[in-house]
Amino acid sequence: MAKKILIVDDEPNIVISLEFLMKKEGFEIAVANDGDEALVKVASFKPDLILLDVMMPKKSGFEVCEALRADPAHAGLQIVMLTAKGRDTEVAKGLAIGADAYVTKPFSTKDLVVKVKAMLGIS
Amino acid sequence: MKAKQRFIVAVIILALLMTGPFVVTSLLVWLDMREAERNLLTQLLLSRLPVGTMMTVFGFGIGVMVLHKLFKQYVEGLLRMAETLRLMLGANRNFRVTPEGPPEVQQLARAANDLAQQRDVLMDDVDAQISRAKASVEEEKNRLAALMSELAQAVVVCNLDGRILLYNNRARLQFKALAQGPTSVSGGALIGLGRSIFSILEKNQVEHAQEVILQRLSAGKTAISNFITTTRGGQLLRAQMVPVRAATQEAGEAAMSGYVLTVENITRSIEQEARRDQVLHSLTEGSRSALGNIRAAVANLIDYPDMETDLRERFVNVVGDEVAKMSQSLDQTMVEFSDSMKTRWPLEDVLGIDIIAAAQRRIDEKLQLPTKTEELDDALWIKADSFSLVFALVFLAARLQDHYETRELRFRLTSEGKLAYLDLIWAGPTMSSETFYTWEMESMQIGTETTPMTLRDVIDRHGGEIWYQREKAAHRAFFRFVLPVATPEIEQEHDDRKRGANRPEYYDFDLFNFADKSIDLDRKLSELTYTVFDTETTGLEPSNGDEIIQIGAARIVNNRLLRQEVFDQIIDPEIPLKLASIPIHGITEEMVRGKPTIDVVLPSFYEFCEDTVLIAHNAAFDMRFLQLKEARTGIKFSQPVLDTLLLSAVVHPNQESHKLDVILERLGIVIETRHNALEDSLATAAVFLKLIPMLEEMGITTVRQALEASAKTYFARVKY
Repeated sequence: MAKKILIVDDEPNIVISLEFLMKKEGFEIAVANDGDEALVKVASFKPDLILLDVMMPKKSGFEVCEALRADPAHAGLQIVMLTAKGRDTEVAKGLAIGADAYVTKPFSTKDLVVKVKAMLGIS
Repeated sequence: MKAKQRFIVAVIILALLMTGPFVVTSLLVWLDMREAERNLLTQLLLSRLPVGTMMTVFGFGIGVMVLHKLFKQYVEGLLRMAETLRLMLGANRNFRVTPEGPPEVQQLARAANDLAQQRDVLMDDVDAQISRAKASVEEEKNRLAALMSELAQAVVVCNLDGRILLYNNRARLQFKALAQGPTSVSGGALIGLGRSIFSILEKNQVEHAQEVILQRLSAGKTAISNFITTTRGGQLLRAQMVPVRAATQEAGEAAMSGYVLTVENITRSIEQEARRDQVLHSLTEGSRSALGNIRAAVANLIDYPDMETDLRERFVNVVGDEVAKMSQSLDQTMVEFSDSMKTRWPLEDVLGIDIIAAAQRRIDEKLQLPTKTEELDDALWIKADSFSLVFALVFLAARLQDHYETRELRFRLTSEGKLAYLDLIWAGPTMSSETFYTWEMESMQIGTETTPMTLRDVIDRHGGEIWYQREKAAHRAFFRFVLPVATPEIEQEHDDRKRGANRPEYYDFDLFNFADKSIDLDRKLSELTYTVFDTETTGLEPSNGDEIIQIGAARIVNNRLLRQEVFDQIIDPEIPLKLASIPIHGITEEMVRGKPTIDVVLPSFYEFCEDTVLIAHNAAFDMRFLQLKEARTGIKFSQPVLDTLLLSAVVHPNQESHKLDVILERLGIVIETRHNALEDSLATAAVFLKLIPMLEEMGITTVRQALEASAKTYFARVKY
């Protein structure tokens, strides 16, 4: 069965690329446009991995990450944070609150695919 | 008395000496004799007794006379001399003893006179030395004050209590600019001699800096401390503190008697810094997201060249969309932050016409080339490094003279938005762009003066531009310097000049010893800080609705009237003025309308008066007006109040009038204009300063005594 990835970002211009790319790589995809929707989708779609943008309206990526990590039901969920904030302090914060990886925009799509596959144990 | 007693004792001793030996001898002879001899002797003596007695009395009389004479000359004469010597010692230095009496006494007198002479010479010498020393100290003080007043930094010197001993013009202007918030209409009321620096700077921070300095002093390090503080109005100030070391200092002991603060308003530079950060941020972080979107889309386009057309089109649209957004945000950033992105060369705010005047002078001096000016915007401030800019102008003039034998140059100064145009105009042939390019890029030289800088460097330093342009119709051409326009932080002001031509009184070093801050009624009159004030009102009946329309006040610190530290405010009474009163105070309806009301003015006047004794002429009248506002404004003037009218009555109880005009005349004070609250308060202050020594002569030296004496005259007057 294909692994499931939830893409959470409010910018359609990045969602379209990520969605296309991950589908091509054979993943099952769902998209959420803000933090609240992300939490709902995590519950319904039950993804294996979530690509989570930090800067979003309503609930920031940090908040979503904290909420997910506070719920033991999602202990196995892999969280990759995508962000335009490149400061060391923010990277440290993301990892500290439970993200499994932190990717700074702009990123290489190839590297992202490699990383996602590695995290999901697909060679 | 004592001398007289001694004289009597001497007379008695003389009498005993003249009769005693004879009586004793007779007694011894008498005891040795037999009966017959005794009888014979008695017979012999009795018959001759009158002669003997007479001789003895006569001798005694002569003895007393001699004694008296000696006494007069030696005892009383010397006593008299002692008195005159005392006189010479104290009251009258020039008095001399008249040599009289016996030669010994005369010699003594002459010796005493010689000594007095010697002493006078010494004293004169000491006096001369003291006054020389005083003059040189005074001169040094003046020199220091003059130096400080010309400094471009704001400098304030304080004693350990935070009382201001000295400040310069820059400090006054800077703090005046700070005070122009809603809390104060008086402007520079906050800074003043003897005032507390803590009304401007945060007390804790100043004290902390003081501690740091003491620590550094005792550790033998350079004693300096910096801090940044915010004012009540939210402005950021950077202050640097260096100690004033105590003059009497024991070895190794860290002692300071005060400190020097240099204060710089960094609000604007911090704002610029913040804007720079913002630019940097919006150019880096802000671009990340857009670039990320583009990169992902492009990667997909490259990696999957055979994707469906509509999908392909969507990715291309993403790229187009993001690129457009980025360009837009770049443009916006450039527009918003163009000022902050200029080079960081320190530029000062200068009047454009000053630059032109300097260039004209130099061109005339160096090149003997006549210059004229055309349209000049004389209120245009530019941000410039005036030295390099003037150098560049003179350099271009020299080049024009060399190449085109230009005989006259003209200057023009205009502006457009944020840009100032400084044009150097000349009539002559067309110039090739190559020539101008060489001029732009070569090291500048004027005669023998050279600089490694090029014209381009100067332009870049100003974040400006320069170009060559022809005015075809007028057969002439010009170089246009484009320079940034400045908004000067502090406007130059002229109103101070008219207030006394004397140099500003920005310093008072005697305040170093001025430790006490509360008003001590037993301090000397000459040592206290006073606010002398006067009000103009709509009429004479405060309780019948008359209102204050002007408050004027000046400060007296350490027996000196500070003409620079004044309060002068016209107030909107919110009621119509009475026609009859207008000629008295000269304040018209137009002058009061739109001015702040008493609710705004009174708090700032209260601030101006803080920690001072109030003085007014016929103070009861003015105080009544202030008291009637207590309920409305909640401000209570509870400090002691002295009344020059009553004090004048104390000094001259037999004079009929104690009107201000009459007193001014009586005390020989000349005041030019009157019946304006500020002028009248200055006049009152002059009167008070004259009254202080007169009161002291009467033994009234403290405020308490002055208040008591005033009360007595007041009651005395009321009884009549």
